[in-house]
Amino acid sequence: MALALFSVFLVVADSFFDAFTLRVINLCAIYIILALSLNLLNGFTGLFSLGHSGFMAVGAYVCALLTMPPELKEMNFFLVPIVPVLKNLTMPFLPALLLGGLAAAFVGFLIGAPVLRLRDDYLAIATLGFSEIIRVLITNFQTITNGAQGLKGLPRFATTYAVWITAGLVTVFMALLMRSSYGRAMKAVRDDELAAETMGVNVFKVKVTAFTVSSFIAGVGGALLGHMITTIDPRMFTFLLTFNILLIVVLGGTGSISGSVIAAIVVTVLMEALRFLDEPMNLIFFKTQGLPGLRMVVFSLMLMLVVIFRQRGLMGGREFSWDMVGRLGSLLGKIGRRGGSSRGGRNA
Amino acid sequence: MPEIMLSTDNIVMKFGGLTAVSDLSIEIGKNEIVGLIGPNGAGKTTAFNVITGMYSPTSGKVLYKSRDITGSKPHSITERGIARTFQNIRLFKELSVLENVLVGCHLGIGTGIFAATLHLPGYRKREAEARSFAMELLAQVGLEGAAEEKATSLPYGKQRRLEIVRALATKPTMLLLDEPAAGMNPQESFALMDLIHKLRDEFDLTIFLIEHHMQVVMGVCDHMYVLDYGVTIAHGDPASIQKDQKVIEAYLGVD
Repeated sequence: MALALFSVFLVVADSFFDAFTLRVINLCAIYIILALSLNLLNGFTGLFSLGHSGFMAVGAYVCALLTMPPELKEMNFFLVPIVPVLKNLTMPFLPALLLGGLAAAFVGFLIGAPVLRLRDDYLAIATLGFSEIIRVLITNFQTITNGAQGLKGLPRFATTYAVWITAGLVTVFMALLMRSSYGRAMKAVRDDELAAETMGVNVFKVKVTAFTVSSFIAGVGGALLGHMITTIDPRMFTFLLTFNILLIVVLGGTGSISGSVIAAIVVTVLMEALRFLDEPMNLIFFKTQGLPGLRMVVFSLMLMLVVIFRQRGLMGGREFSWDMVGRLGSLLGKIGRRGGSSRGGRNA
Repeated sequence: MPEIMLSTDNIVMKFGGLTAVSDLSIEIGKNEIVGLIGPNGAGKTTAFNVITGMYSPTSGKVLYKSRDITGSKPHSITERGIARTFQNIRLFKELSVLENVLVGCHLGIGTGIFAATLHLPGYRKREAEARSFAMELLAQVGLEGAAEEKATSLPYGKQRRLEIVRALATKPTMLLLDEPAAGMNPQESFALMDLIHKLRDEFDLTIFLIEHHMQVVMGVCDHMYVLDYGVTIAHGDPASIQKDQKVIEAYLGVD
């Protein structure tokens, strides 16, 4: 039911909303994809990774280079020409998207094998380092990536339908994975690595698998992002991007699929809705100058509140269910009744 | 002497300058219940960790069914049929009681990640089998009613039993129990020893268990090894161990 309503909403949105609103809606879907892929590591397998922007960059670049027609490539690579092999290689969006994901997965696998022997904060630093290495490589391999100029004018393949169908598929995939024996093994590794190992779970293999799958999804997300805003350059894929995704994962709840989905939508919408904070404001008594970055303060505050009062995030590792809405409703009802009866008591 | 399941050949485990276990040689026959006892810090858990592959010994060999398993990875040792529990309970905190047991079935389900994620028929069949097997196991120790509860919400004694059940889910032939009765009162301890006896018969197991209190294991063990400061100071049946002068000294100290 809810799904059908949402599909109708998307169809309406796609045909009537203005470009800006539509872009925010599509950005929601992309952030859902990215948040789920990071949650697979941070929330479900207990691997604190900060290297997500690197895998997104790999996916975005591979996919972009495969979809751009030769003339467009010639226009982009005006400083240093592109290597001839890549120049005439053009394919439709879907295979390019998958290849982008696979390339990211491959890089994830290569990085994962040595890095996943580390734990906790060491792992976080190592993955962060690797994502910076990827970015530096992209900046310097001009004949392949066009360096710091980036790639412009990518075909706008990431339509509303494309991004939301992908987001839906990724959500379903994650839900199924977490219900399977592999999902259980991942959670077991998160809760107690040593015990998981003695239960016959090949911990290292499970970690590498989670890392590779997560990189694949991140690569697909990065590719979609590139083909939605139609421009990519190395500066896009800095730590700030990883931080935004991490923010969503923590706010929504590490280890909750629905938490990530909800938080992705809330954060993406707020990012745009709170833009007025960055602009000069007229607060009746005094006028503020524009304070660029003020909206990020709001997010930082939200993050602090969540970390202090609800360590496990909005959903706290649980999943959304209609029961929960029912319970919330009855709770509100109860509070309402109690308020009413206490007032009644005072009257008597 | 029955067929030998597990034996160690002069295991030495050193941590820097400290020798935690020196020249440990044991032999455990099929379907025996063997005890490893000793005062605190005697090296009992270290010996377990060497056998289950968590540590690679400084020297010496571990043989299981007369095959060398020294230095194998813990998960592959579990795959060969040796399961263990931990002294400090190590359950999967966020998982339910049933899921804890099902993690032990991971090896048994054994399908690829894609078959599992897509819930293909082969995987579904095995998953269903694993679930009913896990429920049977839980029923053995009276935990079937708590299957959907969070593992950490169980009272202490039940958590201990859950750990044993989880180890049984890997379908072991040999079970290593590290102080299964730790923190229990005498009645609970003896009830647990009865359970261990019952499980041995039911699942055709060989059991090697660590215990701190001698009295608890006297009744169940066929024979036992006594460690003190990493050295094997006695080996024999419970009655002779109880009278052994060295053991009494180790436990009570010498004047």
